[in-house]
Amino acid sequence: MSVDPTELKQRIEAGIPGARAEVIGDGQHFQAVVRAPAFAGLSRIAQHRLVYDVFGSEVGDRIHALSIKTTAREQPDD
Amino acid sequence: MTDESTSPIREAIQSAISENPVILFMKGTPDAPACGFSARTVAALESLDQPFAAVDILPDPRIRQELSAISGWPTIPQLFVDGELVGGCDIVMEMYESGELQQVLGLETPAGSIVGADAPADEPFQGAPLSIENRL
Repeated sequence: MSVDPTELKQRIEAGIPGARAEVIGDGQHFQAVVRAPAFAGLSRIAQHRLVYDVFGSEVGDRIHALSIKTTAREQPDD
Repeated sequence: MTDESTSPIREAIQSAISENPVILFMKGTPDAPACGFSARTVAALESLDQPFAAVDILPDPRIRQELSAISGWPTIPQLFVDGELVGGCDIVMEMYESGELQQVLGLETPAGSIVGADAPADEPFQGAPLSIENRL
């Protein structure tokens, strides 16, 4: 019952407007770094909730563990 | 689905959150954490000499179900201060490193500069683990 980190990345980016995500993981435990303008002005709790909400009850079940780091800052890539 | 208004587990969790200024819901106990995320969160609190109540969610799966229903937070551990969810392991560690955790807990000492010489050695530790399952 392995989950592809790419699936998590795509779902985060689809679920949170303007989000850019990097997700690594071993199929059950994942670390996500998510950058999104939608996080601006939100507490860390609220930012992480937006990410958890993308997956609902899959977190703790199919997705055994999801470690999250969020930032609202737009980071210039070039 | 249980009836929300009459769930004794939910009531016990809500009482524990409101009665304990600092309470950690975790896997295992502070002395024997059963998960790395819980272990790191305990280590952060203990390094600040912060007394805290702890609840092991593992003995009964309903504890976790009811807790997450109350908090709207899917993962364990969960740290509450003054009845408010502060966060799980990621947020607690981020706040610990930035000094925000110390502020939330009302501790003035920044991380890394705790001086042992003048610290009261006989401060009672109030962190006796609760046993929510025993209230049933």
